[in-house]
Amino acid sequence: MVHATSTHNRGKRSGDGGDPARLAREPKNWRPFLLLIPAFVIVSFFFLAPLVDVFIRSISDPVLGIQNYVWLFTTPTNMVVALRTFGTSFLVTIVCLLIAYPYAYLMTIVSDRTRNMLQLFIMLPLWTSILVRTLAWLVLLQDTGPINGLLQSLFGIGPLPLIRSTFGVALGMSQVLLPFMVLPIYSALAKIDKRLLPAAANLGARPVTAFFTVYLPLSRPGIFAGSVTVFILGLGFYIIPALLGSSKEIMMSALMYQQISGFLMWGQGTALGIFMLTATIVVLVLVGRLAKGTSLFAGRVK
Amino acid sequence: MTLKRALGALAALIILWLLLPTLVIIPMSFNSAASFNFPPQGFSLQWYENFFTDPAWLRALGSSLQVALVTMVVATSVGIMAAIGLSKVRFRGKALLESYFLTPLIVPGIVIAIGLYSLFLRFNLLGTLPGFVLAHTVVALPLVIINVTASLQGVDPRLEQASATLGAGRLRTFFSITLPLIMPGVTAGALFAFVTSFDEIILSLFIQSPQLQTLPVKIYNSVTQASDPTVAAVAVIAMFTSVLVMLTAQFATRKRKRVSA
Repeated sequence: MVHATSTHNRGKRSGDGGDPARLAREPKNWRPFLLLIPAFVIVSFFFLAPLVDVFIRSISDPVLGIQNYVWLFTTPTNMVVALRTFGTSFLVTIVCLLIAYPYAYLMTIVSDRTRNMLQLFIMLPLWTSILVRTLAWLVLLQDTGPINGLLQSLFGIGPLPLIRSTFGVALGMSQVLLPFMVLPIYSALAKIDKRLLPAAANLGARPVTAFFTVYLPLSRPGIFAGSVTVFILGLGFYIIPALLGSSKEIMMSALMYQQISGFLMWGQGTALGIFMLTATIVVLVLVGRLAKGTSLFAGRVK
Repeated sequence: MTLKRALGALAALIILWLLLPTLVIIPMSFNSAASFNFPPQGFSLQWYENFFTDPAWLRALGSSLQVALVTMVVATSVGIMAAIGLSKVRFRGKALLESYFLTPLIVPGIVIAIGLYSLFLRFNLLGTLPGFVLAHTVVALPLVIINVTASLQGVDPRLEQASATLGAGRLRTFFSITLPLIMPGVTAGALFAFVTSFDEIILSLFIQSPQLQTLPVKIYNSVTQASDPTVAAVAVIAMFTSVLVMLTAQFATRKRKRVSA
């Protein structure tokens, strides 16, 4: 599978047009632009236009004005739902980070063969749809499921609310999002010079100090890229919260669905959508500032 | 060394956590009792039989395959053109255009979904084949562009120039020189597009109608509305379809690595 990072290595791309002689020979080569038209049309009509439509609805439905945003920010339940969504996404990001870092580190210190195996295992789950994987969690975590059964027979506790709870949602989401954390961290760790840690040790740093002052800062681009991807993807999850979460503790995506499909409150539902989109952009910009040179799509797979 | 061993043990646990839970769906699909309780009781093929004799399930499978195949063709042809176009043009804002094609990957799916729902309502595209295909193409296209672009980077531009010098037209050069060279990337991109469409659920949930439901939509509706254990069998069938396609894609990328090495 291919990292999108490669698409950003424009410098490598065969230097066409960079050659002045060739430029002179083909002064205005407009033909390749024609090749871009179909993709541009499709993305504009079925991606950009819908987003613009969402925005227009949010300020014009039912009447022109900002009443939907007033509703959004002054209704306490909305803020609770928004906080829960951001909180869950943040929790999932932290969980993924804590699991992915040692895994990615292991990938840098093993043989090529083992590394390929480790990489394959991390990609394998992406081959199965989120829906099927969530169904499996539903079977395992339900009140009468095997995990609760085990807890009951071993410790006499339960049934614990493993589903219809934030725990279930976070568990399911972390499992799905882990690869998006491992891959960018691995590509950052692989670039770190292996001699730096022994050098730090020679200079008298203890392993823990060396890790926190030398290794961790150098791996920051990978941490940022992975965390942003996981956090943003997490914000928009719908299926996992719907199936593993509680209907009393819904997330923003479910609230949108409810407003639009259930109550036909297009203005309010779309205002929520714009809020989520804005949050996504803010996160991207903020983290982009923090980690200069971190590719937006690093670690994008599949 | 002890650190490495500890990390190895941790990695093994992580892999188990990633893979094992999903497999639980396989024994469930052979359950002889009509419930989702694990462990399943007895062995039976009744849920598979249910699936293959229920016209509604079969229609959903048919729709899914149809949508995924057409999406694959559309996304792959449009994606190849875009990738080649991007590799040849030079202008200000090219990087911006490139990002524009890839943005559908990072915008929350639910927001695209409500937008498409709103748009499709106006243009009567809900529950239609073109509607599904175009919606899925938006999310499949970036994967094709990424894969084809990666393949194009391994192509020596002098080969195309040589072909032109020898009198081949642009189309001939593309089909007899460039396309064979980037075939691994094209194959991988096409298969990713297929799987993306075949497994797509969030956009599909919003643009479905009773006339056209893809398999994931029908599975979702069946889980949330009725507890029909047939879904376990359907899930296994869907899972094996996408794993098979992805295995093929894996082989395509393998080959590419060897070629470029």
